[in-house]
Amino acid sequence: MSWEFFLVTLITIGVAFGGLMGTIAYLILVERRLAAFIQDRYGPNRVGWAGLLQPIADGAKFLLKEDVIPGYVNKTLYILGPSIAVFTAMAGFAIVPFGPVDQAPSWMRFVIAPDVNIGMIYIFCVGSLGVYGVILGGWASNNKYSSLGSMRASAQVVSYEIPLGMSIIGVVLMTSSLSLNDILMHQAKFGILGWNVWTQPLALLIFFVSALAETNRLPFDLSECEQELVGGFHTEYSSMKFALYFLGEYAHIITVCFLTAILFFGGWQFPLIAEADSAYLGATLVKVVVLLTKVLLIILLIMFIRWTIPRFRFDQLMNLAWLGLIPMAALNILVVMTAKQFDWPIWTLPLGSLAIFVAAGLIGTSGKFIVSDQTVDFGESPEGYAHVHS
Amino acid sequence: MAEELTPISNDDVVWMEEPEMGFWESTFLPAIFSGLKNSLRHVTDFKPVTQQYPEEKPDLPLNYRGVHRLNRDDKGRVKCVACMMCSTACPARCIDIVAEEAPKDDPLWADRDKRPKSFVIDELKCIYCGMCEEACPVDSIELTHIYDLTGMTRQEMKFNKEKLLEVFDKTKDNPRDPIRTHRGVLGPASDFTSLPPVGPATQIPQGDKASKPVSTDVIKQG
Repeated sequence: MSWEFFLVTLITIGVAFGGLMGTIAYLILVERRLAAFIQDRYGPNRVGWAGLLQPIADGAKFLLKEDVIPGYVNKTLYILGPSIAVFTAMAGFAIVPFGPVDQAPSWMRFVIAPDVNIGMIYIFCVGSLGVYGVILGGWASNNKYSSLGSMRASAQVVSYEIPLGMSIIGVVLMTSSLSLNDILMHQAKFGILGWNVWTQPLALLIFFVSALAETNRLPFDLSECEQELVGGFHTEYSSMKFALYFLGEYAHIITVCFLTAILFFGGWQFPLIAEADSAYLGATLVKVVVLLTKVLLIILLIMFIRWTIPRFRFDQLMNLAWLGLIPMAALNILVVMTAKQFDWPIWTLPLGSLAIFVAAGLIGTSGKFIVSDQTVDFGESPEGYAHVHS
Repeated sequence: MAEELTPISNDDVVWMEEPEMGFWESTFLPAIFSGLKNSLRHVTDFKPVTQQYPEEKPDLPLNYRGVHRLNRDDKGRVKCVACMMCSTACPARCIDIVAEEAPKDDPLWADRDKRPKSFVIDELKCIYCGMCEEACPVDSIELTHIYDLTGMTRQEMKFNKEKLLEVFDKTKDNPRDPIRTHRGVLGPASDFTSLPPVGPATQIPQGDKASKPVSTDVIKQG
């Protein structure tokens, strides 16, 4: 380990960290403008040209505002909460490749932590640690709305970890590797038709929905739903600590979008301009741009979903995970395992996904009939209210 | 026993079933996609309803009630005759008037009896209900369209007579703030040379106590 390696690592960390922070700041602006457009408003358009300096103004405001630590909070945990939220989000991002790793020039690396061959496991471990920030912050705030929010967050993450992990097992089985770069290369070999989105559409659906729940994004932001819980887990947080929660959340979203692009949409692979063997001048740069474009599109989709789908009720949230996603994910794993064991052709996989999806839809449809055919009798009610005979 | 206690008759109870979900509905996907399409339409077909305030001024309704003004008559004198009707009508008690006798030897004021010595409206206390405007018998006090009133101190938000006349000078040529009645001259109350007999406002049936003249024994003596 030479000093050049050390220096390159340090610079990569600095560039990636700064880039990530700047991106997050501007993504928040994009989200605010997009939200405004969807709601027929303008959004922040005053600071700088078309509001482009708004993130800087926001950052200055967050830094300069009074940092209130209420007297009734558990100080250690209260400060630890946002720190963990940011730390885990950054640590999760560390192994995400943001370019073609094997073609990177020696002075530049496209992943901060190289050669992590258990990439997927690492990301899920660290990513689910992120909810500790939410739980600790909510608990330490000593406020009933905060603790309600953090309780919801913990139940939600426990439920959605399972489909999230199970959905990518199919992908990992097909690749026989947990390394993100290997999974990417496995898709890039076969061109656009090798993308996992064609072979595992159901896994993509489950992964995406669970990832939304993992990152506390709408329609799954039960832990901070403003209408019920004031601000949820961050009710008592102000100034920079509040901003840290947001940074952590957005870094998490970016990580998840990178994962979606890499696991299911072929990473930097794109027909004609960025194939696995394209080696023209600037091909590396084109690949980085392709990957970042895919990630940006997924982030925009998540933003659109936020302003389109209303928030779930908590029982609906649990039903979706335990009655919908987990059985579907389990069946999907079964289909992939069977196909791999008996060497079935590749086109059986999307058919299997479709079959599972249709079956789930049919069960959802006919399940209503089963319930409504039963006679519900609440027995002799003391109040004498009308009995229900359906 | 159970029938007796039933708060609503069973015949009045209509049992509703929630509508059956079809196949596509129970997969949620078509609803999500149509929602996303709707959101996207708002972005691609962007028609904002926001007014860009400092550049775009709001289009106020004609009966908007903003800052007060004290009208001048055709000789440039303040129309107010210091009758205190506005300050009596004011629910916020923000109008403070001190009256004085008009100088009879001054030819400008020869035809007037009374005028305000000071006339102060606390614009911060005022609730802009417009009751002073309604109460004024000589059409002196009026509310204008000025809505962006600001000040650095509470004291400077107390508008005195000079300031209120200044508001009149500023707004009288604005088509949105016309001098509403009796252009130039004092309002109807100033025309009275003798008080007309007050009749009942509504028809009073015969035999009603109110229709009888006031007899002395109603008023307690001593």
